[in-house]
Amino acid sequence: MSTLLDKIWRSHLVRSQAGQPDLLYADRHLVHEVTSPQAFAGLRAAGRQVRRTDLTYAVVDHIVPTDNRAEPLADAVADAQLKALRANCAEFGVALLDTTDPRQGVIHVCMPELGLILPGQTVFCGDSHTATHGAFGALAFGVGTSEVEHLLATQTLPQDRPRTMAVRVGGALGPGVSAKDLILAIIGRLGVAGGTGHVIEYLGKAVTALSMEGRMTMCNMSVECGAKAGMVAPDETTISWLRGRPYAPQGGDFERAAAWWRTLPSDPGSRYDREVSLDATAIGPQVTWGTNPGQVAEITGAAPDPAGLAGEQERASALRALDYMALKPGVPFRDVAVDCVFIGSCTNGRLEDLRAAAAVVGARKVSPGVRALVVPGSGQVKAQAEAEGLDRVFKEAGFEWRLPGCSMCLAMNPDVLEAGERCASTSNRNFEDRQGRGGRTHLVSPASAAAAAVTGRLSDPRQLI
Amino acid sequence: MQKFTVLTGLAAPLDRANVDTDQLIPKQFLKRVEREGFGQYLFYNWRFKPDGSPDLGFVLNQPRYQGATILLAGENFGSGSSREHAPWALLDYGFRVVVAPSFADIFRNNASKIGLLLVEMDGQLMREWLQRAQANEGYRITVDLARQEMLGSDGFACVFKIDPFHKRRLLEGLDDIGLTLERQAEIKAYEESHQEPWQAVAHGLTPRE
Ligand code: SF4
Repeated sequence: MSTLLDKIWRSHLVRSQAGQPDLLYADRHLVHEVTSPQAFAGLRAAGRQVRRTDLTYAVVDHIVPTDNRAEPLADAVADAQLKALRANCAEFGVALLDTTDPRQGVIHVCMPELGLILPGQTVFCGDSHTATHGAFGALAFGVGTSEVEHLLATQTLPQDRPRTMAVRVGGALGPGVSAKDLILAIIGRLGVAGGTGHVIEYLGKAVTALSMEGRMTMCNMSVECGAKAGMVAPDETTISWLRGRPYAPQGGDFERAAAWWRTLPSDPGSRYDREVSLDATAIGPQVTWGTNPGQVAEITGAAPDPAGLAGEQERASALRALDYMALKPGVPFRDVAVDCVFIGSCTNGRLEDLRAAAAVVGARKVSPGVRALVVPGSGQVKAQAEAEGLDRVFKEAGFEWRLPGCSMCLAMNPDVLEAGERCASTSNRNFEDRQGRGGRTHLVSPASAAAAAVTGRLSDPRQLI
Repeated sequence: MQKFTVLTGLAAPLDRANVDTDQLIPKQFLKRVEREGFGQYLFYNWRFKPDGSPDLGFVLNQPRYQGATILLAGENFGSGSSREHAPWALLDYGFRVVVAPSFADIFRNNASKIGLLLVEMDGQLMREWLQRAQANEGYRITVDLARQEMLGSDGFACVFKIDPFHKRRLLEGLDDIGLTLERQAEIKAYEESHQEPWQAVAHGLTPRE
């Protein structure tokens, strides 16, 4: 009996020797501007080449401004990093989706939508949210720059085999409750380090009912509970989503590939090192109140009282977090006013996310004094949203409609929170200073972010749909 | 990779759980394309106030911890992003060892590639080390990797566990890429036996009609 992970691991073993990490082959190596320059420099210094330029794809996403892309970029250091990626890709023969390419976008949004990520593959990238691609039934995880260099030079990665965890989600998500709420609830349950050393496989009715977008949102945030990767077995939803994508197999090849993909799901009765079960029906919209994604609660609730938490470390970290977030214990979330709303990122910057947000906005207006941004995850998402008229819904409500990029997810570009500003954000990390020094981040779903924008406070979107 | 054998050095306690990579090295410093010089930005937002002056309340700014080479930390150290800039900054600042009850996976991998020794220490023992470093000014620890042993300047000692292969890599300063490139023939054999037509995108990403 084998799990999905077993099957992928086995079929990618270049070498396995007792007492050493296994050597895994990389089917896909994705590259972006922030974690690659030192890796290319290492190659150059050692006189090495990129082994498989046909399996290596780059995009610029983290530092690109989402309003004005005229070059040189106003930030000279960012401009140098952009040009370094361009020069490295040209020198080593790596394909690059550049700022002017209509397919450019956040790496974990634009690569899958091109059909580049397929079930059963190994996918690596110098970025922790590489876990996103597990949604296709691929083994996908983030690596550091030394490993990027290793991948470029050898197309392989030495890795110890992770442990396995099954997260089974029964029931069904209610209206106004999304994959984002589900994964936040899971992280809350497991804790920010609960998945360390594990690859999570998401199973159960509520998971298979999700669209590919929803599965990507879930797998994306697996790393926020410390897991190495998250994955969902490929099924007919996966297969029909991939059919016809530009770089997915075509014609007879597609049918042959799909036949193999259908053999990948874990065999019934497979064993996992750890198993956790949840009921989706019991989950409502979630909001983080602290400074890590595990500090999360139902949006209908209130900020916790640290005194009531178990464990000294937990209490200390909750106290620190509430202080940073300027929240009094017991304050209902609906009384918490926001200054800013960010809809976008590799977690929630896809078409389905924008649709969910637009549905809440409807004919409403952004609350006075709130700055609200929609940053589509990719050029294609932006074009599709515009074709559906979503951009008009947002613009008429008073949102800014931006060009694709990471933007305020980590605020490496000019989209930054001011000290003390509070933001309802569809991104994935509420760490201190993440969206700007002294900025306060509440992670929520796209529907909840839209609800916060139009009410000016953290709000339950179910009351607006 | 830098070797690690034995080190005796000043220990600094950072008694916080879930110290994430955004704290270790804030994103505004990730735009540099060099590998060196990140030490000055380590824990930037904790070390420096918004006006750029040092925050004397932060533990690493206290005179007694200047020159520390061993960082004693809390659980789930290094959580968050994959930025190798985080261990680069620790190393460049002067730390050669981080001791904590647990580390985030990617951070652990990254540290292992550059010769920053991570020692995983059981929670109870960790408390002991933290308390000793706080109570005794100038507290020094000897970390002996070959013997897998930590010895404090007050005689407190313990052994630690480490993966044998990783230990050898650190002791000898072995370079992963060099090791893997010795396996060229196996990589080639794998490639030749795994040639699905949809695998490679040989023409780069020039738009398909
Ligand atoms: S959107 Fe955010 S999390 Fe995703 S790749 Fe960009 S910076 Fe990283």
